[in-house]
Amino acid sequence: MSPDYYLYLSAILFTIGATGVLVRRNAIVVFMCVELMLNAVNLTLVTFARVNGNLDGQIIAFFVMVVAAAEVVVGLAIIMSIFRSRRSASVDDANLLKY
Amino acid sequence: MTAAILAAGGTSTHEATVFWLLAPIAVVCALGMVLVRSAVHSAVLLAVVMLSLAAFYTAQAAPFLAVVQVVVYTGAVLMLFLFVLMLIGVDTTDSLVETLRGQRVAAIVVGLGFAALLVLALAGTLGSFHPKGLNAAVADKGNVVAIAELLFSRYVFAFEATSALLITAGLGAMVLAHRERVTPRRTQLERMRERVATGGAAMAPLPGPGVYADHDAIDTPALLPDGSVATTSVPEYLEISGARPRTDDTERELEAPR
Repeated sequence: MSPDYYLYLSAILFTIGATGVLVRRNAIVVFMCVELMLNAVNLTLVTFARVNGNLDGQIIAFFVMVVAAAEVVVGLAIIMSIFRSRRSASVDDANLLKY
Repeated sequence: MTAAILAAGGTSTHEATVFWLLAPIAVVCALGMVLVRSAVHSAVLLAVVMLSLAAFYTAQAAPFLAVVQVVVYTGAVLMLFLFVLMLIGVDTTDSLVETLRGQRVAAIVVGLGFAALLVLALAGTLGSFHPKGLNAAVADKGNVVAIAELLFSRYVFAFEATSALLITAGLGAMVLAHRERVTPRRTQLERMRERVATGGAAMAPLPGPGVYADHDAIDTPALLPDGSVATTSVPEYLEISGARPRTDDTERELEAPR
C-alpha cells in the first residue's frame, strides 16, 4: 500500500465536504462541512510530510488546526447572533443584504 | 520494530489493515454527515471521521498531530458545535425548500465532477512515488521534540502571530455573543404586582404532582377535589416530551376503583 491512497481518501473527503457546503441549509451543518474540508487537507499535508521526508507539512497541519479552532469560535458566535436576531439558523434566512 | 518501519516510510501490512478498515468508515460517516437531517447526528458522525483521521496520523508517523486532533478537534471544536446546537435548539431541522431551482442537483453534479477531477489528477501525477519517510527529519529526537525545534526556530513568527489570532478570536466571540440589556430588569415586586393585577394566574404555588400507591413519579398528575386531573401539577416540558402518561388513560385508571 503506497501513501497515494491517503491522498485519494482526502480528495474524496474534501469533495464530500464541499458538496455538503453547497447542499445543506443549516448554518451549523455547513460549518461542520467546512471542518471536514480542513481535516481532509490536513491529511494531505501529513501524507506529503512523510513522502518528502521533512516535518514542515506536519507543522502547517498544526497551524491549520489552530486557525480552524479560531474560525470555529468566531463563526459560531456569528451564527448565534444571527439566530438571536432572526430566530433561524438557516443560511437562506440571512438575506438582508440581497439586492 | 513497527514504528521503525512506519517512520522509514515503508508500507507495512499493519498500516494497510488500518487504512482499509478505517477509510471506508470515514467515507461512509462523512457521507452520512451530509445526508443525515438532524444536526446532532451530523456532529457525531463528524466525530467518527475525525477520530479515524487521528488513527491515520498515527499510522503516518505523526503522533503529536494525532493527539492534537483528538484533543482539539474532537474534544474542543466538536463539543463547541454541540453546545451551540443546544443553545439555538436541537430541533432546527433543514428546510427542504429549494430557493434556487435545481441547485441541489447541480451541486451534486459539480461535486462528482470535482471528485473525478481530483482523482484523475492524482492518478496522472502520482503513479508510484517512493516516500522518503521521516527518519532523517526526526532522527533520534522523537516526533514531538523535532516538531518543537522547528516550531520555535523557523516558524516562531508564525507561532507568535497565532497567539495574536487566538486572542483576537476570543475577544471577537465575546463581542459578538454579548448582548446589551435594552430594558431595565423587572424586579420581583413588579412581577408580583402584575400577576395580581391581571388575575387568572395562580396566586399560590402550583400544586405538586400526585402521589398514589402505584405512581409517585414527577410526571403523575395530581387530582382536583372533583376527580379531574390537575394539569398544572405536572411540569410543562414533560407534556411536551411525551414522558407523562396520557391524561385520558390516567383518568380511566383512576376511575376504575371508584
